[in-house]
Amino acid sequence: MSDTHAQTVAYVRETMLPELEPPATERGVIKWMRENLFAGWFNSILTIFAAYVIYKIVVGALPWFANGIWTTDSLAECREILQGATGGCFSVLTERWNQLLFGFKYPDDQYWRPTLAFVVMLVSIAPVLFSHLPRKMLILTGLFPFVAFWLIWGGTILAPLVALLGFVAAYIAFKKVEHQSFAMGLLAGLITAIVVWFVGGFVSGAASNVLALEPVASRDMGGFMLNMILGTVCVSLSLPIGICLALGRQSDMPIIKWICVVFIEFIRGVPLITLLFVANVVLAYFLPPGTNFDLIVRVIIMITAFSSAYIAEVIRGGLAALPRGQYEAADSLGLDYAQATRLIIMPQALKISIPGIVNVAVGLFKDTTLVSVISMFDLVGMIRGPILASTEWNGVYWELWGFAVFVFFIVCYGISQYSQWLERQLQTDHR
Amino acid sequence: MSTLSDPPAESFRLSQLINDKRYRSITFQFIALLGLIVVMAYLGWNLVQNLAAAGLNLSYGFLGEPAGYDINQTLIEYTSQSSHLRAAVVGVLNTLLVAVVGCFLATVIGVVVGVLRLSKNWLVRKLMAVYVEIFRNVPVLIWILIIMAVFVAVLPQPRDFRGDNPEASMLWEAFAFTGRGFYSPRPFFTAEWAAGGTGWLIVIALLVAGFFGARALANWATKTQEATGVRPTTWYYTLAIWFGPLIIALIAMGLSWEMPELKGFNFRGGIFMRNSLIALTFALAIYTAAFIAENVRAGILAVSKGQTEAAASLGLRPNRIMNLVVLPQALRVIIPPLISQYLNLTKNSSLAIAVGYMDLTGTLGGITLNQTGRAIECVLLLMLFYLTISLGISAIMNVYNNAVKLKER
Amino acid sequence: MNKSVFLGALTVAGLAAGAAAAGTLDDVKARGKLNCGVVTGLVGFGAPDANGEWQGFDVAVCRAVAAAVLGDPTAVEFVPTTAKTRFTALASGEIDMLARNTTWTFSRDVDLKFEFVGINYYDGQGFMVPKELGVSSAKELDGATICIQTGTTTELNLADFFRKNNISYEPVPIETNAEAQPLYLEGACDVYTTDASGLAATRAAFENPGDHVVLPEIISKEPLGPLVRHGDNDWGDVVRWTLNALIAAEEYGVTSANLEEMSAGTDNPEINRLLGSEGTLGEMLGLSADWAKQAIAAGGNYGELFEKTIGENTPVGLARGLNAQWTDGGLLYAPPFR
Repeated sequence: MSDTHAQTVAYVRETMLPELEPPATERGVIKWMRENLFAGWFNSILTIFAAYVIYKIVVGALPWFANGIWTTDSLAECREILQGATGGCFSVLTERWNQLLFGFKYPDDQYWRPTLAFVVMLVSIAPVLFSHLPRKMLILTGLFPFVAFWLIWGGTILAPLVALLGFVAAYIAFKKVEHQSFAMGLLAGLITAIVVWFVGGFVSGAASNVLALEPVASRDMGGFMLNMILGTVCVSLSLPIGICLALGRQSDMPIIKWICVVFIEFIRGVPLITLLFVANVVLAYFLPPGTNFDLIVRVIIMITAFSSAYIAEVIRGGLAALPRGQYEAADSLGLDYAQATRLIIMPQALKISIPGIVNVAVGLFKDTTLVSVISMFDLVGMIRGPILASTEWNGVYWELWGFAVFVFFIVCYGISQYSQWLERQLQTDHR
Repeated sequence: MSTLSDPPAESFRLSQLINDKRYRSITFQFIALLGLIVVMAYLGWNLVQNLAAAGLNLSYGFLGEPAGYDINQTLIEYTSQSSHLRAAVVGVLNTLLVAVVGCFLATVIGVVVGVLRLSKNWLVRKLMAVYVEIFRNVPVLIWILIIMAVFVAVLPQPRDFRGDNPEASMLWEAFAFTGRGFYSPRPFFTAEWAAGGTGWLIVIALLVAGFFGARALANWATKTQEATGVRPTTWYYTLAIWFGPLIIALIAMGLSWEMPELKGFNFRGGIFMRNSLIALTFALAIYTAAFIAENVRAGILAVSKGQTEAAASLGLRPNRIMNLVVLPQALRVIIPPLISQYLNLTKNSSLAIAVGYMDLTGTLGGITLNQTGRAIECVLLLMLFYLTISLGISAIMNVYNNAVKLKER
Repeated sequence: MNKSVFLGALTVAGLAAGAAAAGTLDDVKARGKLNCGVVTGLVGFGAPDANGEWQGFDVAVCRAVAAAVLGDPTAVEFVPTTAKTRFTALASGEIDMLARNTTWTFSRDVDLKFEFVGINYYDGQGFMVPKELGVSSAKELDGATICIQTGTTTELNLADFFRKNNISYEPVPIETNAEAQPLYLEGACDVYTTDASGLAATRAAFENPGDHVVLPEIISKEPLGPLVRHGDNDWGDVVRWTLNALIAAEEYGVTSANLEEMSAGTDNPEINRLLGSEGTLGEMLGLSADWAKQAIAAGGNYGELFEKTIGENTPVGLARGLNAQWTDGGLLYAPPFR
């Protein structure tokens, strides 16, 4: 055969050719662009359009940032310096940052307190968020509410200390009586706590100067701090309530079930703003004559009720997703309802519902801005009220709203990214 | 037989109430009920005490009294002499207007964005992701206020249109985009017999007739296709059926346009969309659309790839695969969260109060409450309205869920 | 804050003390602080200054009452209220008195069950427009877009005024004065309407007050005054006569400058009774004998307060007008102290 070849064909390649690179249109950036940007006429149009939109935004925003002015005392001065050129008047942020973050009545020299409370919060929430951190840090988490209360509201340290003591005593009492029955334990704990608080109330009332920080009234809270306070307090309060509601709704005791169903559906059926109206103008009628709640406490009550209904629904989803076998297995081990719920059901149900709970938390944190509608001065309220109405800053919209968008975006995006990360973590566990 | 003794007659002990499973649930329910009654009675007693102390009573009589205030946007006839009840109805209609238009816009934007997020186009995909993340993670109240700020601070006010050398001018002498809202020409009929509502009734009737005519034509085309295998070209007939009679009728009735004109303080004439309406609707729509986009994306991704491949192996073309195989299955996943987004949008529309849009929260929960001081009654009515809407939508959702549930046999 | 909110919230269910049926006067004395409802911010009438201290004409009434009852003009807890929350706050007992430019009307007095104890400012509703519009009378406002504060009597007056004159307008409801300002300044509404005093105060806060004019028409009567809950007459008397004491002090020429000297005793028995060196008026009210002296010492007499907060030498720049003493042709007329 080779002979014939040799005669009929002038040249036969006997070695393999080295691989050539793919044609220019099929490799590198060009291939990527062809596949990802210009696949077909429709995609090309989309790409060009999108690029145009991005170009417009950049061209509009860049000089605005680049020419930004950070050091004047009023909008008029900004305009004077800019002489008609595009540029942001960011001086409003440098001049009013304290009002935007802390409200306009929190004492200036005490700003370190909420800031410190914020840092402590970041540290103490870490062991909850990341399970590989040492479990001992959870003690810090338990202490955080009391520390934060003392730091932000001030007054003697005895008040939160007594509150903490009440909880500790209640826990000890609960442990002592728990072997009799769970309900008895709860009752014992409750009574102990009330006794401790009652006695402690007199002690802390009498010795109100022990390690006292300058007290700050609730109505002096404002700015982004108020959003943070409302968000964290309401979410942490609504978790236990939400769990109870979810369990109640899943319970086979009809009366308890119906109480929970009516509560949850009612709360979920009305907008938060009507509940805030209740806090603002109606709730006072339902409290004993002469009692006097701060508006902030009334708002916390209503927002907590609101979010606990939503959290209850998320946890109910988690409960429903648990296989029936888990309940039956717990029963077959001879655990009673409280034990089964605490040791078998809840840990698994909560794990399933964490992403949902985080979503509710993000939504709730965004909804704390609604308090500006009932004339509380949170971040949005500060911008709409005192700052935009002041003579110096009348008309500085973009810088202020941009700041608000930025702050909320950072927090909410951070939390939702965490939730997605956690979801991925949890998924691998099941494989 | 008699050797077996009867089980000992059970004597009921008090401790059984808490330790015996049979009785315990009754104990707990009794305690819960008692607790509920005590709490209710306590709150009710406080209410009675407080009202008595303030010399007030609970009564809905104020609803019949003249409201005394004016509302800028009324879908039904309303003057300051109308009753508070009518003002509340005006508010309800305004709420529903925002809710319906907002839901429609949000669905359109949300579906487009959701599909584009799965597009092969990298740039578009990223751009849509940025849109979704930015809008989902910032409170809707801020978006409403920002869009309102655009109206107040950026768009020209009517005074800028005034004078010999105005700073702003109308688009094609027909559209005016002002800080107070958008003005556009309003069609009306010059023929006397078509004036008022008659003309519009005729137009609607023709559109309905066109719809059925086109359906009939399509049916005929399908039948022909089944009989002969060839589908007749019908699109020009369809166009004619839709628009032929309509155009003739419009010309006969003397269709004409009323142009908005700057008169005195404001533009007059034409269709006016108030800034608060646009800010509220648009902000709610783009905010909710970000969530809907995620639902749509998740729904499409939830349809397993095997379905697409199976359809392809049957020889279906890509867009038929989308229409006949993927979408029907995706919808099952998309619709329940979509409806709960509608519900959220409707509830969020109560933020109207932040931009002075006169929805139910603005009339009944705002001015009426302020003017009459009947806080409890007004807030109660307000909650009742939203509760009714929510429960109604939930009921519809349940019916739908049952209808599309995978029937397992 | 001697009792923490946190503890209070936790224990309130268990410890909710039964309502003390005592009167407001006793409550205030026992508390050692007066809870006074004020406006959220209106220059001259009630607004926190740069140091967070509340200042203004209405605020001064609160301080005077606190001084009369507790002997300390700073023993006041100022509760900012909006048009929406003010009546609930008072009715539910959150505040002891409301001094928040509130118009005395029949329905508020009779139907809402409040007690207006007097009038500290005679006002009327006016209109403010930019000068460039060239409007000289409210009757030329046909078709105008008007910003109004909702929940006030101005809203109702406005509807009546335009209906009566058979002209149209476009209302833009606004919650607070602060939100109305940018809307008006950017031209989202042509006209801003509220009480004439409020207009003057708002205009004072503008960058160029001269670019805006207040139209001559005053379309309503707006007698503004402090109010208390209906039915607690002892407390109502205290607030009523504190206000009257401030007015009478101006009439008799008692000022913060000569207060000490006059309280030692003068040859005018009326002044002696007022300042407590003669008679037992304070005791009748359930207060100390020098209650009126304390009230006047808190900030001066009515005239002094007016000049300091909203008078012609302040940015608000209001003339006395109707609010002059009756001896000067005004409407202020304090009943006799005897």
